[in-house]
Amino acid sequence: MSPQDAAQPLMGSTVPPIQAVNDFVVKFANVNGSGSASANQLFAKAILRMGIPVTPRNIFPSNIQGLPTWYEMRISDKGHMGAREGVDLMVAMNPQTWDEDVKSIRPGGYLFYDNTKPLPASKFRADITVVGMPLTSFTNAAYAVPRERQLFKNIIYVGALSALINIDPKVIEDLLAEQFRGRDKLIAANHKALHMGRDYALAHLPCPLGLQLAASDKVGDRIFIDGNAAAALGALYGGATVCAWYPITPSSSLAEAFTRYCERYRKDKETGKKRYAIVQAEDELASIGMVIGAGWNGARAFTATSGPGISLMSEFIGLSYFAEIPAVIFDVQRSGPSTGMPTRTQQSDIKICAYASHGDTKHPLLLPEDPNECFQFGALSMDLADRLQTTVFVVLDLEIGMNERLTAPLQWDDSRKLDRGKVMTSDELQAGKVFGRYLDVDGDAIPYRTYPGTHPTKGGYFTRGTSRDEFARYTEAGDAYQRNMERLLKKWDTAKTLMPKAVRTDAAAPTKLGVIYYGSTSPAIPEALELIAEQTGASLNQLRLRAFPFGPEVEEFVDAHDTIFVVEQNRDAQMRMLLINELECNPKKLVRVLHYNGAPITAEFIARGIAAHINPTPVREAAE
Amino acid sequence: MTYLPKPKLAHPELQKNDLGYTRRDYEGSISTLCAGCGHDSISAAIIRACYELSLPPHRIAKLSGIGCSSKTPTYFLGNSHGFNSVHGRMPSVLTGANLANRELIYLGVSGDGDSASIGFGQFSHSIRRGVNMTYIVENNGVYGLTKGQFSATADRGAKNKRGVENMDEAIDMVGIAIQLGATYVARSFSGDKNQLVPLIKGALQHNGAAFIDTISPCVMFNNHEGSTKSYDYVREHNEAVNFMDVVTGREEITVDYEPGTTEIVRQHNGGLLKLRKLANDYDVTDRVAAMNFLETRKARGEIVTGLLYVDPDAEDLHGYLETAEKPFNALTDEELVPGAAALAKLNASLR
Ligand SMILES: Cc1ncc(C[n+]2csc(CCOP(=O)(O)OP(=O)(O)O)c2C)c(N)n1
Ligand code: SF4
Ligand SMILES: [Mg+2]
Repeated sequence: MSPQDAAQPLMGSTVPPIQAVNDFVVKFANVNGSGSASANQLFAKAILRMGIPVTPRNIFPSNIQGLPTWYEMRISDKGHMGAREGVDLMVAMNPQTWDEDVKSIRPGGYLFYDNTKPLPASKFRADITVVGMPLTSFTNAAYAVPRERQLFKNIIYVGALSALINIDPKVIEDLLAEQFRGRDKLIAANHKALHMGRDYALAHLPCPLGLQLAASDKVGDRIFIDGNAAAALGALYGGATVCAWYPITPSSSLAEAFTRYCERYRKDKETGKKRYAIVQAEDELASIGMVIGAGWNGARAFTATSGPGISLMSEFIGLSYFAEIPAVIFDVQRSGPSTGMPTRTQQSDIKICAYASHGDTKHPLLLPEDPNECFQFGALSMDLADRLQTTVFVVLDLEIGMNERLTAPLQWDDSRKLDRGKVMTSDELQAGKVFGRYLDVDGDAIPYRTYPGTHPTKGGYFTRGTSRDEFARYTEAGDAYQRNMERLLKKWDTAKTLMPKAVRTDAAAPTKLGVIYYGSTSPAIPEALELIAEQTGASLNQLRLRAFPFGPEVEEFVDAHDTIFVVEQNRDAQMRMLLINELECNPKKLVRVLHYNGAPITAEFIARGIAAHINPTPVREAAE
Repeated sequence: MTYLPKPKLAHPELQKNDLGYTRRDYEGSISTLCAGCGHDSISAAIIRACYELSLPPHRIAKLSGIGCSSKTPTYFLGNSHGFNSVHGRMPSVLTGANLANRELIYLGVSGDGDSASIGFGQFSHSIRRGVNMTYIVENNGVYGLTKGQFSATADRGAKNKRGVENMDEAIDMVGIAIQLGATYVARSFSGDKNQLVPLIKGALQHNGAAFIDTISPCVMFNNHEGSTKSYDYVREHNEAVNFMDVVTGREEITVDYEPGTTEIVRQHNGGLLKLRKLANDYDVTDRVAAMNFLETRKARGEIVTGLLYVDPDAEDLHGYLETAEKPFNALTDEELVPGAAALAKLNASLR
């Protein structure tokens, strides 16, 4: 079939087509394993190179080949990076998900599809603009080899779309040239496919659509990186030398990125020997065991895992708490409980991370909002673990960890020194300094430790998960046990002074309404507040939590407001639980806004939740 | 139970080793195990082995899991750092510690419950990885500390104290260790110090994963008629394949040994193992033959002891990982942090 007799090249819409410049959502519906990922990424990068902020999201199943995947791009000159409801342009490449894909288009939106095989009219909607291109027949006519057909089909549709929404083809050409640097034939072949698609669209399709891109300057000097890679780089800058891990989505790419960066930055230039060790352990029991062994012996060590791994590690986490051994765990959260939805996002490990293990335990958490903070907190976690001699969690989620994001450039101050905490040296021991492994000598409740092998006769001690006295001698005496447990509580107070402070942003006018949020909810908040202001006229003060335990600024915020919305991505309002438990505040003040279907939270969802509470009349009608 | 410091009495006649340490310097606090427990004899053997090798006590890290056996590191090497970790997970903690500082000597002590049941995975994988360590299982066929339940090394048909028979097949830890690539494998008996001490010394000198299964009767729960881990049973069924001596650097081999009866194995670091063969034609460097021999003798009801397998030129985990010589815990900020300039370059590549 030649392009000329393709069925339904264009169907008009019964409602006015959406007109937007640099502010819309494009979604690609693909099949897992079809090579679409790199074409989609190319598309996103081209938009970034035009200076327009874009936030892509991978939506994928727990499967390697053949199941549906989506790549959703939020394009926003205003810089909104949270997910948005509804799709403006659907690129429907997967017949399996056709119905739901077509349904997700906003009225007045656009559908781009492969019309090689005609579809009945009932498969479409009257209120959208349908753009058909005979992609398969067109590609098959141009390429004979099946693998080429598969790969170039993706580039051909990128070419067609570049004409439809006005992406500068030069930008795409440059990106392809960078991607295949040194392989000139491949570059030429890709450029050819790109222009075949583009030329077809210019000749046969209604270019331009109402959705348009125009070169902008809103990207600035920001970089494009995923949270897992940034966190791994943070660990490396924080001096981590031992990484022990067991593969689990969505955390594996963190350990893999650490491996890549170590190869680049941590090999001895002369000998090629490695100043790091990465062990893929047999399970999470072993990965955390290795981290604790390395931490005990003075190396900075971490593991990366997700919820099921934390469950398995719990006994060791308690040992680290009680025996006071530094460890860092990156928990890239996914939807639980059990195996849950392994490739969907959630913030549902907050409670287990905060209180993991039997007995009385609590653990510091760092809660990054974006890749830049993943880097900062990745490095900071290593210092905190050594300083506090306990397990420190860096709590990410799939949304932050596995999606590339525009984020402020990563920075490092060369005058910064790694803080190795209280370690007594051989000289100090020799000079007669008193060493009691669990002795608080200066009031911060953090005792000194020694690295094994430090001094021939002094500073040796026995580490155990059983009770002991200040000099690490085994005892079951109740008072010694209790003294130790109380010191650990006091150490928790010291931790409060060391954790990153929550970030408060106040509304223009004074208000008694507040919102508390953390982690990957962050990008949706400013937009949600704009919507709330539009819909209800109300404005709220905001507090973004960055760590647990909470500093005094969190208590002050809670005290200063009458109603505080706690926005989270879990069912049981786990952070709200921690706030109530640790601050002993009035639970009635803390209103739950909970999103937990596995998709990233949207500004619209938050706005609906909050607006409904502020103004119980149906806000939608009121606003329209 | 509370910590009991051992009275340090001056014994003028206590001899000093090459480093100037006496035996006392390798001791720990007084054991709180049952009188006659095999584990105490193993502690004594460890003390003697370290003393005789003149190892600096503080350069040894001793790690264990949970159990009566895992308590024993408190009773030897009192000046060394010790780590009594969680049940079954000494191997992972030891692996991590070893990665952090490759210069120390790592001694892992465990029980049969600790290593063959809850920690079977960790035991296996640490062996597979070739962690440079001496791994001693104090094997009594029961869980001593939880009062005498069968462990996974209890033989099928063995009876507990109440006469109940064990119906499950036993895990033979030396067989597994050889199969998984341990490069120094021995079995011994806590009641045979002359055999055990040299085996521990050879293991401490070995570069790679050294494993010693030491049958160590539990006098409280598994030393009765019908047990296959009692003192009497083990004495009756013990078949040593060889008798080993560790020759330290200075001692020269001057005696000519009758060919075929004595073998000298030189380990990677120069240590010499002098083996007097008891079973003819047993070649300790032949892994397949060793496995065969063990199975054949097991079928006859013999408990084969001695040095069962050694690869004198073994690699260890650090070798496989190609890690730098300098211990990780001694690396400076400059050696660890790539710095601002590298980051600026990286930023540029992410736009
Ligand atoms: C997770 C966990 N489960 C159970 C126990 C209880 N427990 C303590 S020691 C032990 C068995 C020890 O047996 P073994 O390793 O053979 O040592 P033995 O006392 O015989 O020397 C058990 C089951 C524990 N400490 N931790
Ligand atoms: S119970 Fe058994 S293993 Fe434990 S100390 Fe007593 S004799 Fe030894
Ligand atoms: Mg036992």
